[in-house]
Amino acid sequence: MAVLTDRPAPAAAPARPRRDRAPRALASRLAGYAVLVFFALVFLYPFVIQIGNSLKTEPDAAANPLSPVPDPLTLAGFERIFAGTNFPLWLGNSLLVTVLVTLGRVFFDSLAGYALARLRFRGRSGLFAAIIAVLAVPGVVLLIPKFLVLNQLGMYDSYAGLVVPLLADAAGVFIMKQFFESIPVSVEEAARIDGAGVFRTFWSVVLPMAKPALITLTILSFQGSWNEFPHSLVSVQDPGLFTLPRGLADLVSGSLGKGTQYPLKLGAALLATIPVAVLFVIFQRYFVRDANDGADKG
Amino acid sequence: MAIHVARRGRSVRGNENVAGWLFVAPVIVILGLFLLLPILMALWVSLTDWNGQGSPFTAKVPFVGADNYTRLFTEEGLARRDFMTSIRNNAYYVAIVVPTQTVLALGLALVVNNRMLRGRGFFRTAFYFPSVTSSVAISVVFLFLFANSGAVNALLGMVGVEGPQWFADSRGVLHLLLGAVGVDSPPAALAAGGPLGLSWWEWLSGPSVAMISIISLVVWTTSGTFMLMFLAALQNVPSALDEASTLDGASRWQRLRHVTLPMIKPTMFLVLTLGLIGSWQVFDQVYVMSQGEPAKTTLTPAYLSYRTAFRDFDYGSGAAISFVLFLIIIGLTLLQRRLMADREPDAPRRGRWWRRRVPEGG
Repeated sequence: MAVLTDRPAPAAAPARPRRDRAPRALASRLAGYAVLVFFALVFLYPFVIQIGNSLKTEPDAAANPLSPVPDPLTLAGFERIFAGTNFPLWLGNSLLVTVLVTLGRVFFDSLAGYALARLRFRGRSGLFAAIIAVLAVPGVVLLIPKFLVLNQLGMYDSYAGLVVPLLADAAGVFIMKQFFESIPVSVEEAARIDGAGVFRTFWSVVLPMAKPALITLTILSFQGSWNEFPHSLVSVQDPGLFTLPRGLADLVSGSLGKGTQYPLKLGAALLATIPVAVLFVIFQRYFVRDANDGADKG
Repeated sequence: MAIHVARRGRSVRGNENVAGWLFVAPVIVILGLFLLLPILMALWVSLTDWNGQGSPFTAKVPFVGADNYTRLFTEEGLARRDFMTSIRNNAYYVAIVVPTQTVLALGLALVVNNRMLRGRGFFRTAFYFPSVTSSVAISVVFLFLFANSGAVNALLGMVGVEGPQWFADSRGVLHLLLGAVGVDSPPAALAAGGPLGLSWWEWLSGPSVAMISIISLVVWTTSGTFMLMFLAALQNVPSALDEASTLDGASRWQRLRHVTLPMIKPTMFLVLTLGLIGSWQVFDQVYVMSQGEPAKTTLTPAYLSYRTAFRDFDYGSGAAISFVLFLIIIGLTLLQRRLMADREPDAPRRGRWWRRRVPEGG
């Protein structure tokens, strides 16, 4: 046993299979690849179908839904997205909401996260407990409540109603607090001794050190507000204020006239997916970080 | 006096007190105004008969006490029927979604974690990608996949199965299975007299065919996230442990059962409870794909509360449904936090036969 446990175990080196075990190892590797490829198809092929069918004619999409190859290839669906729907308007609204919400969340969440991590003020622990409690509030039960408060404040059916309620979120505060606690106090203390005020220290000393957490939060906020649907459902009803998900949902529930118009719908959904997809490909490891942070949140 | 001096000596601290509150003020205002206050307002509205006209906080709005709640539970009528139907639908949905996504996520994580395989980074990305996309956009794609002449039915056609008209098919899966063994209509004992306004036969329907397509979509989008959680946990399982048990002659299944699973128990628990909490909140997909139809078999409490308030203008009942759902979810959350707190400290020490052979951290 001693030999076994003392043996260094470099992560990359696979156990050298003995001769008689080689065929079995090969078989299990092949099985592993088969599983991986099968599920890669399951998870990615719907997107391939989406792209392919968005470039088809309607009869072609109905007749060959599985085929990724358009025959004939046509941009008619996309042309109609821009000519026949309010897509450009939704896109503009989504961009506006996403940029404002992301800026707001990154700024306000890091301010609060910093205060909860570092500043000693009365009521801090109670406040943190409240933030944790808020994390547990399921968003979907807030539909009617949010509508009530927006209605009461005269913010219903306005950009303010679409944006302001999303400007801060408990999960973001939590992420920033955790991060600020992980960086050493000494740098800030030096700045404070040099006479920098609290905000100055936060802004020009601490925040630059928090870049990884800020990127994570930026991406999460972007993704969250770009994809946000239920909030827009209860905060606006004027079609001029629809965001992309809201517009898409409206499109699908069928105000288009004749036919199923799948190429058009799939194309619109595709365009709505692209920004987050690009972000995902570029900043993949920050998305992964989020999922694993979730594991600690409990 | 002494206190005064002490305070003055610690002016930095006093500063921090003010700065601290200033720093958290925006978050407090936003969360207070758009999260806590609305919950209190909705609590009030759930005790009234407000129909959406004017302000709900005037004397003109009739106060009805707990009527909106009792109608959901004790009074015969459409409100209770719909609510109980939505509870039934969501319960079946949870019963399928949670185990399926957990097993799938764990299975994928185990394969992706296998060091013998190459390109694991790509596959991890591929499996996770659906999780980050918009629920509405993805629902549109699945509407197409499950359309009558869609990809799923084309695939079924290739193996000689005629696919159903997914979103028009309200037949319960359990009813279909019973039908397959010859039980086409409800036995007399089940036809009437079930609890809470639905007959036993209705309670025992299983998820409808339409609901199955929503279930497929949700499992497809959530498995990737949970796979990442499992993967993080698996990477903390010392590889020597696995190798040691292999040399000891443990089979693959034994290793999974007695080495890996005990080590990742906290994560397993987290995934199960997050799944439970999340799957009681299904809304977007129902809104886009089925609006509760066909025959109310995809109605969920979340969607029902929305529909009751914003389509039927019965805000009191809608808010009451929200609060019942709130209680269900908060109950599950508290249970999770409680159990997590109990389990986490001793999790790494759990183990059986292998512990005697391999020192910890080996």
